[in-house]
Amino acid sequence: MAEDEAQPVATAAAPRGGDRVRRHRLSTRLWHWTNLVAITIMLMSGLMIFNAHPRLYWGKFGANPDHPWLEVSDHAGRGTLRIGSHSFDTTGLIGAATDAHGEVQAQAFPGWMTIPSTYSLADARLWHLAFAWLLACALAAYLLWSLANGHIRRDLHMTRTEWSPRHILADVADHARLRFPTGAAALRYNVLQKLAYCAVLFGLIPLAIGTGLTMSPAFNSVAPWLLELFGGRQSARSLHFLAALGLVLFVAVHLAMVVLAGPINEVRSMITGWYRLPGERKASIGQEHPSHD
Amino acid sequence: MTEPLSRRRLLALGAAGAGGLALAGCDKLNGTPAFRSLLESAEDAHRGSQRLLGGGMLAPEFALADLSPDFRANGSRTAATNADWARHAAAGFTQWQLRVDGLVLRPLDLSLERLRSLPQRTQITRHDCVEGWSAIGQWTGPQLGGILKTAGLLPAARYIVFHCADNFGGGAPYYESIDLLDAFHPQTILAHAMNGAPLGVEHGAPIRLRVERQLGYKQAKFVTRIEARSSLAGLYGGKGGFWEDRADYAWYAGI
Repeated sequence: MAEDEAQPVATAAAPRGGDRVRRHRLSTRLWHWTNLVAITIMLMSGLMIFNAHPRLYWGKFGANPDHPWLEVSDHAGRGTLRIGSHSFDTTGLIGAATDAHGEVQAQAFPGWMTIPSTYSLADARLWHLAFAWLLACALAAYLLWSLANGHIRRDLHMTRTEWSPRHILADVADHARLRFPTGAAALRYNVLQKLAYCAVLFGLIPLAIGTGLTMSPAFNSVAPWLLELFGGRQSARSLHFLAALGLVLFVAVHLAMVVLAGPINEVRSMITGWYRLPGERKASIGQEHPSHD
Repeated sequence: MTEPLSRRRLLALGAAGAGGLALAGCDKLNGTPAFRSLLESAEDAHRGSQRLLGGGMLAPEFALADLSPDFRANGSRTAATNADWARHAAAGFTQWQLRVDGLVLRPLDLSLERLRSLPQRTQITRHDCVEGWSAIGQWTGPQLGGILKTAGLLPAARYIVFHCADNFGGGAPYYESIDLLDAFHPQTILAHAMNGAPLGVEHGAPIRLRVERQLGYKQAKFVTRIEARSSLAGLYGGKGGFWEDRADYAWYAGI
């Protein structure tokens, strides 16, 4: 049990606010930083691939003569994002944006969001498809490792009590008031954390990988059932994009939570594994910040 | 109150700076030969893994009800800049012949009528452009494998090259190449008909290649000559295809 999480080091008694504790296993830390690299590159190169055909369809086929449910277009320097029957003027961000040389570029996602920063479908595919191996192999290794070392059972498994609506609502209320757990309670993932991490680990990343593979014509011959599962290649492409959007939203909330919970303590714990437990909340008013590093 | 603000500002500036550096770093890596060749080695992993898992498996086939109402024509919409092709097109390709040569025992010249008289395969398959769109069409034509057997490949033959009459945007003519595993795959056909009608000019008349487990740029149109080769080196840009030479697209386009 050398790698056991949440073991207090200072004393054998229950850990208290201010104690330094081991929080993240090596497997979690390695996967976290591998994912930071892999997902960032996948996202940015994926946006460049999207630029080659900035339209999304539902069904087995979909091309210019067919009706897309999402479309990015440019009309005389004005960028437009259309979703269903709603159109948004997205000039400056999506569809048409000024590049580093001050020129208006008519492409769906601007160069500062994409790899490479100037249009190249071939190079974007080179990056995307190479780093896909890293993303998928890292996920598989982490799932197996986490199954073996008990991370999934101990830290991610949702108990029956945690599934109760009352418990979930109480946690939502705590988050809304930015009241984060202190002392020993901060060692456990709270229920919203568990839901978010499980959604990424078992939902969004596998969905991104599965829909990505479904877009491969050769892989369709290996696993045609994936086409049935996702409703055809163009549906898979749409779901792939939505999975990426879901990951972006997760990262945005994740980063906000890290900043609110004390970024230095949190980031340090994800690098070294060591975490300083937030102090118990005192009655005084000036004591709202959960961490003071 | 200034302290947290300035810290926040510092963080924001730091994040923007790191982001900019990372982006510039990616562009720099993108141009570094050693890093590119590392990324390109993933292409071998794609081909190796997909061949291992897929072998000779068939691409999904669809029903007539699944056909795209309007199959998008892409790439060259005509080969009219090629005088020979234009002359044959004007005559309805009645005098046109497909040349099969290179590393074969018996070079062949096959008329369109001859190609139509060989055993035919009709398949409704999905055409996937590298850009991301898809269209479903019905294709009819003889299997390439049968033609290659008639010609008799020499043992040194490793690749089948398709020479085309079109030159997209001027310059070098279009060409593509596949390996023998794809060449002898049952769904690899020389399509002379699409959706039950003779192949239209915009789709590559009189024949185009269908190699169903790869992306659209491998589906060479306006094919005039099929050549068996031992290597792709020395042929045009040496990368085995028009887009491979011009824009660095992957030669193996199964993904």
